[in-house]
Amino acid sequence: MSIVISELSKSFGENIVLNKFSANIPENKTTFIMGPSGCGKTTLINILMGLMREDSGAVTGLPTNKSAVFQEDRLCESFNAVSNVRLVCEKKIKDEEIYSHLAEIGLRDDLAKPVIELSGGMRRRVAVVRAILAKSDIIFMDEPFKGLDDNTKEKTMQYVADNTKNKTVIIVTHDIDEAKAIGGEIITMGLRESDRGQ
Amino acid sequence: MISTTSNKNRIEKLASVAFALFVWQISAMLVGESLLLVTPIAVVKRLFSLFTEADFFTSIGYSFLHIVAGFLSGLVIGSLMAAIAGKFHLAEIMFWPFIATIKSVPVASFIILCLIWLSKGNLSSFISFLMVLPIIYSNILQGIKSTDKKLLEMADVFRVGLLRRIIFIYLPQLKPYLISACSVAMGLAWKSGIAAEVIGITNGSIGEKLYEAKIYYTTADLFAWTLIIVVLSISFEKLFLYIIKKFFARLERL
Repeated sequence: MSIVISELSKSFGENIVLNKFSANIPENKTTFIMGPSGCGKTTLINILMGLMREDSGAVTGLPTNKSAVFQEDRLCESFNAVSNVRLVCEKKIKDEEIYSHLAEIGLRDDLAKPVIELSGGMRRRVAVVRAILAKSDIIFMDEPFKGLDDNTKEKTMQYVADNTKNKTVIIVTHDIDEAKAIGGEIITMGLRESDRGQ
Repeated sequence: MISTTSNKNRIEKLASVAFALFVWQISAMLVGESLLLVTPIAVVKRLFSLFTEADFFTSIGYSFLHIVAGFLSGLVIGSLMAAIAGKFHLAEIMFWPFIATIKSVPVASFIILCLIWLSKGNLSSFISFLMVLPIIYSNILQGIKSTDKKLLEMADVFRVGLLRRIIFIYLPQLKPYLISACSVAMGLAWKSGIAAEVIGITNGSIGEKLYEAKIYYTTADLFAWTLIIVVLSISFEKLFLYIIKKFFARLERL
């Protein structure tokens, strides 16, 4: 069953961010939500994750078990990378498996350090592994490859592609190359009425 | 480099203490009346003679146990109340008049009231508890309120359970609030607990010794027991904060 978004609207004061936005998101596939900055991509994904309420419209077919890479990393800063991943995992997932996933995208060193001491790119990759290893029926990713250098980005995209086969994944991005590299459906969001002509 | 700076600080502190003792000794010699101002040398002599008295350690043990029990009760109950108030706004409103009363009523009024309500034996524990409670409650509640909302949203999305939320999100964010609250509350627990013992003339306590010093005008005893209280208070504060910091260090290695 696909996720059906019907005429979703959201405003912040007089600022209309989503205006009767509709779309179908297929099940067990990766869908990219693309569009210019400020078109409401993050607002849409936040509504889908249940972090924000829509003003009107409806979303049906959303699975309960969710996992996410947020726009910010949202890691527990005083804990190390493995602890951050373990926080959201089922007990059956052993530390060795977490280490192996982190290593797959080049995170081998400094794993004992609190994540606050890691570079921005390293923290981003920890957030990606956390989303992949959490038990979920749908994964939301808001610009998951932000701040990664080309080489690491390629490796991380390959990791996401390999670990999300036959899963429902929604990725918000500006970069068409990311969609091409991972593959999947593309939904393009337009500019808000208020921003047109600026 | 750090070690050199730390040694320098230590030397500076020792020099300032030596200077203060020197000023005290000169002042006492100028006053020339041990009833008004006793010399530090006389205090040290009295301190050594106190060690040999039969009830010295029992008095220390009695006051220490009662005040620490009051402090720990305040810590536990204040934290629980803050957790409830953080979760339910109605509870925060309901707690407010009690906390505001405890904060604003002079400690002497509470001591006299408690002398009517309680036995003398529990007086210092209860007064220490009362003084610690609002500090712990207010600080922990402030810490809970300033918990990173984005991390809580993350926990909601991933359906993280309560225990894991407490360990991974709340406790690390509460750490600075807890340490600062404990540091302030511990000093206050000792001051108010001893004051309660003095006013209540609690048998076998340090407060009773201070009271006797007042009755018999033994200024050297007063200074010696005060020195003991300061040493006990600072030692317990350092030990307790060390334990808390170790606890958080272990928590972060989970």
